[in-house]
This record gives sequence, structure tokens and C-alpha cells, in this order.
Amino acid sequence: MSDHLATDLLPSATPVRYLAEDGTPVDGPAGYTQPSVEELKDAHRRMVVGRRFDAQSTALTKQGRLAVYPSSRGQEACQIAAAMVLREDDWLFPTYRDSMAMVSRGMDPVEVLTLLRGDAHCGYDPNAARVAPQCTPLSTQTLHATGLAYAMRRKGTDSAVLALIGDGATSEGDFHEALNFAAVFEAPVVFLVQNNKYAISVPLDKQSAAPSLAYKGVGYGVRSEQVDGNDPVAMLAVLHKAFEHARAGRPFLIEAHTYRIEAHTNADDATRYRDSAEVDRWLDADPLARLEKHLRNLGVLSDEDVAQAQAEGERLAADLRSRMNAEPHLDPMTLFDHVYARPTTQLVEQRDLLAAELKAQEG
Amino acid sequence: MAATTMAQALNRALRDAMTADERVLVFGEDVGQLGGVFRITDGLTRDFGEQRCFDTPLAEAGIVGFALGMAMGGFKPVVEMQFDAFAYPAFEQITSHVAKMRNRTRGHLSVPMVIRVPYAGGIGGVEHHCDSSEAYYVHTPGLKVVSPATVDDAYTLLREAIDDPDPVIFMEPKKLYWSKEDIELRHIDEPLGHAAIRRHGKDATLIAYGPSVPVALQAAEAAAEEGVDLEVVDLRSLVPFDDDTVMRSVRRTGRCVVVQEASGFAGFGAEIVARIQERCFHSLAAPVIRVSGFDIPYPPPMLEHSHLPSVDRVLDAVDRLQFTDEPDHRYLTGAHS
Repeated sequence: MSDHLATDLLPSATPVRYLAEDGTPVDGPAGYTQPSVEELKDAHRRMVVGRRFDAQSTALTKQGRLAVYPSSRGQEACQIAAAMVLREDDWLFPTYRDSMAMVSRGMDPVEVLTLLRGDAHCGYDPNAARVAPQCTPLSTQTLHATGLAYAMRRKGTDSAVLALIGDGATSEGDFHEALNFAAVFEAPVVFLVQNNKYAISVPLDKQSAAPSLAYKGVGYGVRSEQVDGNDPVAMLAVLHKAFEHARAGRPFLIEAHTYRIEAHTNADDATRYRDSAEVDRWLDADPLARLEKHLRNLGVLSDEDVAQAQAEGERLAADLRSRMNAEPHLDPMTLFDHVYARPTTQLVEQRDLLAAELKAQEG
Repeated sequence: MAATTMAQALNRALRDAMTADERVLVFGEDVGQLGGVFRITDGLTRDFGEQRCFDTPLAEAGIVGFALGMAMGGFKPVVEMQFDAFAYPAFEQITSHVAKMRNRTRGHLSVPMVIRVPYAGGIGGVEHHCDSSEAYYVHTPGLKVVSPATVDDAYTLLREAIDDPDPVIFMEPKKLYWSKEDIELRHIDEPLGHAAIRRHGKDATLIAYGPSVPVALQAAEAAAEEGVDLEVVDLRSLVPFDDDTVMRSVRRTGRCVVVQEASGFAGFGAEIVARIQERCFHSLAAPVIRVSGFDIPYPPPMLEHSHLPSVDRVLDAVDRLQFTDEPDHRYLTGAHS
């Protein structure tokens, strides 16, 4: 058995917070190093750009250029902090709702959205980006993240892995097995649960009776924390601590309390399960406005800084729009290319059959 | 030369693969100190250290998902599912991720791992220790599925599976773990996907794999005493499937019985029969017949002998291959009689 005291693992009684909703500083817990002003300014810029990317992606669904888009509007503090704490040699394991974090990590937005456009299951080389394919089944990637983290530690590096999941996914067995394996094998992995209050339509109180989803780590010997997911200062402070911990071979679980402003996807109707007053209350807790007020109060953010960030967002959106308006190149013959390293004789026969069908269609 | 059991041959294959390639790791439930409940990993932790062969928490989805992550990180995991039915918690990881990762990423990520599954019955095991679960895996594109029937093949196929760039479900017939052969184990550098003719014959072909191969061979010996000369094809590899060897044999003999331990309905044998009639229709002198376990949940150990395909059940099927022109009354009931 581990010699950890359970109290060392327990999350704070209330979510870690350094900025009130109106952007004024509050006394947060000791033990975390707050990010520098420069880092916060970078976070602000990334959040402005990320929100613009998210809005453009939602717009692309309305134009039929994306089959579906799960928005992370309202979760910008989580998304951007996740991208910022990762080193180049670290790995990210995102879900379908984490496109913003991937773009903020520096990936090509078109490659990120290829999955949702529908011309390939994964639009990028995961090894080059050090980002796993966006995972559609819930929590299954937490085990892959744990295995890869352990593999990297076995190779003597201090690289770490960040696995992103939502509140609903904490009910899946794989999440629990991943926490257990991570602790037993001392895998350098951080699990970030973005509790955005709904698993499609099912509210958190029907999902879990735990006082905090962060308590789910304690039983496995995983140090855990809960944080105000709409406070960028707290998100960065806790994530930095978690990575420091993970790089020393001790996994870390974070529950970030946030809110999904948009519906689950453009195909969902959120009015069937929540009222607009609730959404309005969370709009008042907006993470971007909160950080902007804080930085302006400090006198370190000018109108010009904001305008520059917005201009960067517009450039990204315009580029994304024009490139997503181009028809993707599709070749049905590639369907057989990567089922196995070398196609079986049966797949070769089927490829020939398809080739004949395509030729007949042309003729 | 000392006789070697299939269990020892599998152990040797793991040892030799671990020696040949330090990226090969063995892990699972009880595989460390104990050497596995069937002793297939006996002594590996002692001889290679806990970094190379280790116990994991008791969670099959965890084992397989963790192994996939380790494969992404450059290792070649060989994991043990303790029993056929104990692999089911890992089904989502196997079918949704292990099988699909290469295709999902257009070849950027491969998953060179082996999932060893002790399977099938005949050992007096309890309900969840005897399933023939191969149909679930062969139906999933992206997986390779192999099953040895001989001591020699246990070694050869496991080495080939570990060398393979794709994920392999390695199905070990438990009842053959203690079968013995005087054999020198050799590493043959050959890709998976080749069937073997275990007995040459001219009157009909018996097609079998894994635990059913010895049954088919015994049936062939018994039939020979009656003057019927049966050929026995051991598939060895279910996926990739060796159409060539199977079809050549059936075209030669014109008659065929497919033997499997698994339940018959929608089983792997049905695929074999379908392929044969699609490809060899004009060579066939009789319908291809399946011999299988019944379509029942695995029976209690004291009744399993009634369920498992026996030599007599195989011979009975051979009798129905219309060597004479008499009608088969089994198929002439009801409206057709």
C-alpha cells in the first residue's frame, strides 16, 4: 500500500479560485504558484483567438462545411490553459470537444477539423503533433494516455501527458481503470475533467453523487484538486502544479468547474433540458471577460492589445473559412490502404471490386 | 530430443521474442511471480526482470488500453487475458481502438501488440472459462486472429504474431496446453496467413483450427479404417484467411466438412462455408456441412462432452456428404418430405 495520507490527496473543499467573477483578485489557497502577468497576457490573447475559432467552426456547420461541431464556448480558460502548460515533447489526448486546445497548441485548424468535416477520421499525424486522435468514445483514451505516459517514463524522459475528459465520462469504467493504472505504474499523466454540467442532456446531479468529481482520484491514490474552470489564473496555477507532480511520476486529477454555453453540438437542442436563465448566469461568469478585467485593472492590457488579439482571431477565421470552403480531395481507393500494414488477399479482391465499380460509374 | 508441451513452446516463444527484441513486454493478471494460471509466462519475471514481465491490476480494459498507449510509445506489448470470457471487458478497447488505430490515423500510428486469449473448452472448466470467442474478433477489420493446433505452431505462430506490425488476437486452445511433441522449435520468418494440410486425402476435406484439429485428425484416421480417405486442413490463421489452400483442397476432393468448437449459428465456420460455395460451386459434389458446438451457452463441465464436436459427430457429417445417391432425410422434413 502507498504511504500517502489520504489528506495529501484530497481536493480543496471549494474550487481553487484567484479571480472573482468580476475580475477582482480573491485569496486562493497557498501551495500554488500564480502565473506571471506575461503568461496571463498570452492566455488572454489565446482565449480571444480560441473563441473566434470556436465561433467560426459553429458557423461552418450552418454552411454545411462541417458535419458537426461540439463547441467549447465558455470553456476557454480550460482549453487555453491546457494548451499552455504542455511542452512540445508532452502529449495531449483530446476529446471531440477540445479542438480549441489543439489549435492553441499550434495545430493547423483545418487538420483539426478534418474529423468533423468528414473526409478522414484524423486529419493530422499524431506523432508529429504529439496529439492523439480526438476520441469519440468516452474515457477510452485515458487508458491510452496512461500507457503512453508510462512508456515515456520507461524511456527515461520527463515528458508528461494530459488527458481531457468531460463530467459524463467520469462514470465510464475506463476512467477508473486509468486512474488506478496511472497510480500503480506511477505514470506521468494529468487527467483534466472539464465539468461543463451536462453530458449531452443529463445534468451532473444525475451523473454523480460525489461531492466533487475530483474525489474520484483519492480512492486510487491519485492526488486530486477542484478548480474554478472559468478562472484562467486558477486553471494555469493548478495545471502547472499538476504537471510538476506528474513529471515526478505521480498522476494528478483535476476537476474544472465550467459550463458549456452552446448545445452539445449543432445537432442538439439544449432548450429541451435547461433554461436560458441558467445560461445567462454562466455568461456572467465568462472566463475571457474575467481575465480581461483583471489585466485592465492591473494596467497591463491596452485597447491595442485587445485589438491585436481580435485581429489575429479574424485572420485565423478568414483563413479557416476560405480553406474549409475548398472541396476536400477524396479517393475511395484509399479506404483499403491502412486496415493492415499490408492488405490481405481479401482486401485486395475488394479493392479491385471497388475499382471496377468506380470505373463503371465513370463510363 | 525431449518432448515439449504446447505450454512450454509458448513460454519459449515469449522468451525468445523478449531476448530478440527488448521492446517486447509481457503483462497481465498473475503473469509475474506466478507465471500465469496456465504457467505460460513461467519464470519470465525471474529471468527478464519486473520491467519486462509484470502483473497488472485486475482490469482487462485497463490492460488492453494501457498496452495500446505503450505501443504508441514504442513498445511491443504481449498481454494475457486470463480466460476467453474474461476478455470481454476489453472488447471496446480491442474493437474500437486496437483494431482501428492504424486506419484512423492513416498509418501514422500502428499498434503492434499481441493479445493472448486462452480459449475453448474440454478442460472441465466453469462457465466463463470455456468460450470459443473467435467469431467476435474475426468480424472486426484491423485485427489478425490466429490459433495454433500443434506444439510446433504454438511457437512459430506466437513468434510471427509478435513480429507482426498489426495487432494479433492469439487464441490458445486450453485443452492442448499439455499436448506433447518431440520437436525442435524454430523461428520461421514468414508472415501470418498460411494454412497447413495436416493429412492428405482424396475423398473429402475436413477444415479445422485450434482445438478442433486433433478431433478432425482422429476422425480422418477412423474414416480411413472404413476406406474413406480424408484430407485435413489446419487453418492456423483465421485472419488473414488462406483462401488458396482451402479452395485448392476442396476443388481436389469435391466434398467438405468444417469443424469448429464454437456455436454454429453465425460462427466463423459459416464464413468458411460461404467462401467455399462462392468459389468452388462447380467442384462440389455435396453441400458443405458444418460440425460445431450447439447454439447454447457453454454447458456445465460434466455435460461439456455432449456439446463439443466429437469424432463421431464429424464422422456422421462425413457420412452425409452424399457419397451415394440416397437422399439425406435430415434435410427432407416438413413441406419438402
